[in-house]
Amino acid sequence: MIARILSSPVGLVFAGILAGLVVASVVTWLLQRKGPAEKYEELARRVRSWWIMVAIFVVAIAIDRALSIAFFALVSFLALKEYLSLIPTRRADRRVLFWAYLSIPIQYWWVYQGWYGMFIVFIPVWVMLLLSARMVMIGETKDFLRAVGTLHWGLMLMVFSISHQAYLLVLPPEGGAGLVLYLVMLTQLNDVAQYIWGKSFGRHKVLPTVSPNKTVEGLIGGIVTTTVLSILLAPLLTPLTLPHSIAAGLMIGAGGFLGDTTVGAVKRDIGVKDSGTMIAGHGGVLDRINSLTYTAPLFFHFLRFFYY
Amino acid sequence: MTRLLRYLFFGLLVRGVVLIILGLNIRHRERLPRRGPAILAANHNSHLDTMVLMSLVPLSLLDRVRPIAAADYFLTNPLLAWFATRIIGILPIHRKRDGAAEDPLAPLCEALDRGEILIFFPEGTRGEPERLKALKSGLARLAERRPEVPVIPIFMHGLGKALPKGTALLVPFFVDVFVGDPVPWEGDRDRYLERYRTDLAKLAGEGNFAPWT
Repeated sequence: MIARILSSPVGLVFAGILAGLVVASVVTWLLQRKGPAEKYEELARRVRSWWIMVAIFVVAIAIDRALSIAFFALVSFLALKEYLSLIPTRRADRRVLFWAYLSIPIQYWWVYQGWYGMFIVFIPVWVMLLLSARMVMIGETKDFLRAVGTLHWGLMLMVFSISHQAYLLVLPPEGGAGLVLYLVMLTQLNDVAQYIWGKSFGRHKVLPTVSPNKTVEGLIGGIVTTTVLSILLAPLLTPLTLPHSIAAGLMIGAGGFLGDTTVGAVKRDIGVKDSGTMIAGHGGVLDRINSLTYTAPLFFHFLRFFYY
Repeated sequence: MTRLLRYLFFGLLVRGVVLIILGLNIRHRERLPRRGPAILAANHNSHLDTMVLMSLVPLSLLDRVRPIAAADYFLTNPLLAWFATRIIGILPIHRKRDGAAEDPLAPLCEALDRGEILIFFPEGTRGEPERLKALKSGLARLAERRPEVPVIPIFMHGLGKALPKGTALLVPFFVDVFVGDPVPWEGDRDRYLERYRTDLAKLAGEGNFAPWT
């Protein structure tokens, strides 16, 4: 059983992730033993949360395709709920917001069906027109533009973008848990790598008005690290050729940064540090998937253009 | 049988709705009482307030948690009365006193003496969503009678958006729950309510709530 899992490329990468987590836990433990333990409490909490998130993710993508799609729908739901709880909303729009939530199961149903045409137009065309009309029917024009604009922007990021990673699962011929693993792993490692490079060598701020902690050194170090990993992992998990795997790495590295700072700009506008408190040491679900809102559609359409 | 139903209702349904559909953002969780007697005194926006407060208490204490609820609202229809007393486990209180007959606080004091945890809404009723109404004197009277029992102020935000009075459509929103330190009894009812009100306002001030107009 274990030999069979290890002999499959996805299983091999899972084993690699496990090894990485063990290393992270050991390093954290050593740091806490050496220095003042409180200084590394935040790090320890983060690593613990990573164990839980990886465990949930592995179960969600390894067992069954329907379960995986349902899991990504749940992620969209939690992210949209965080977003709608953070932004100003209008009392009159309660029904419209309810409809917005209903778009999640429907969008992921198209994914499950593998109905690409509907998947790609449902949120940007149908939901956009329908919810705008529904909002007009309520008859409240005060702050109408703000309400309709913020709602659709949220649906595009939390539902439309995130559903792209689920669509990777149903790409023909047999779809790919490997592709999802490649995208999610590189995106998350890119976040970690940018953070570590920035902490270690960061001097020049890159976008000080949005994310004061992000540096040019962190950004470049992260993109390079991600690109090296994307080259190494591509033959195991994807059909990408070498030049394409380099392009994918650059895209995920830069896209991750853009997703992170875009959500960061929203939080800064609202005046909160974290989007929620669900994940100890990380903040909310939206804080964890902010990079994916950019990398998922970018990677998906790149892959689809060249290979499907 | 009803006990099993009660555990299923709170253990699965209520916690499922409260933790997944809504989602809690709890501050100062460590200030919640670990045993009775105690009074959880919260602001009141929605029928779901009780459900959220019930899910803050560990399931092992479920038998000892009693929401205080108006008899004239919950005990009029037999089905609702069965649900309220058997499943939710409310302690009915008579809001309007019929002459000088009974002491409305007596059952509450008895429950506290048995070591139970009471869920109490000092505003007396839901009302405008996300606005604090004038406080009724009940909380101060209860604190006067049982000054040794801790009264924990709890500020909640979000349920008035998710399920306000007069609607049946639940719209998911995160709920903020801020737990305060016990409000001590200092010998005067008006001062007590004033103290409770300022403590609640201080808790509310810790949050940064999205405008809802």
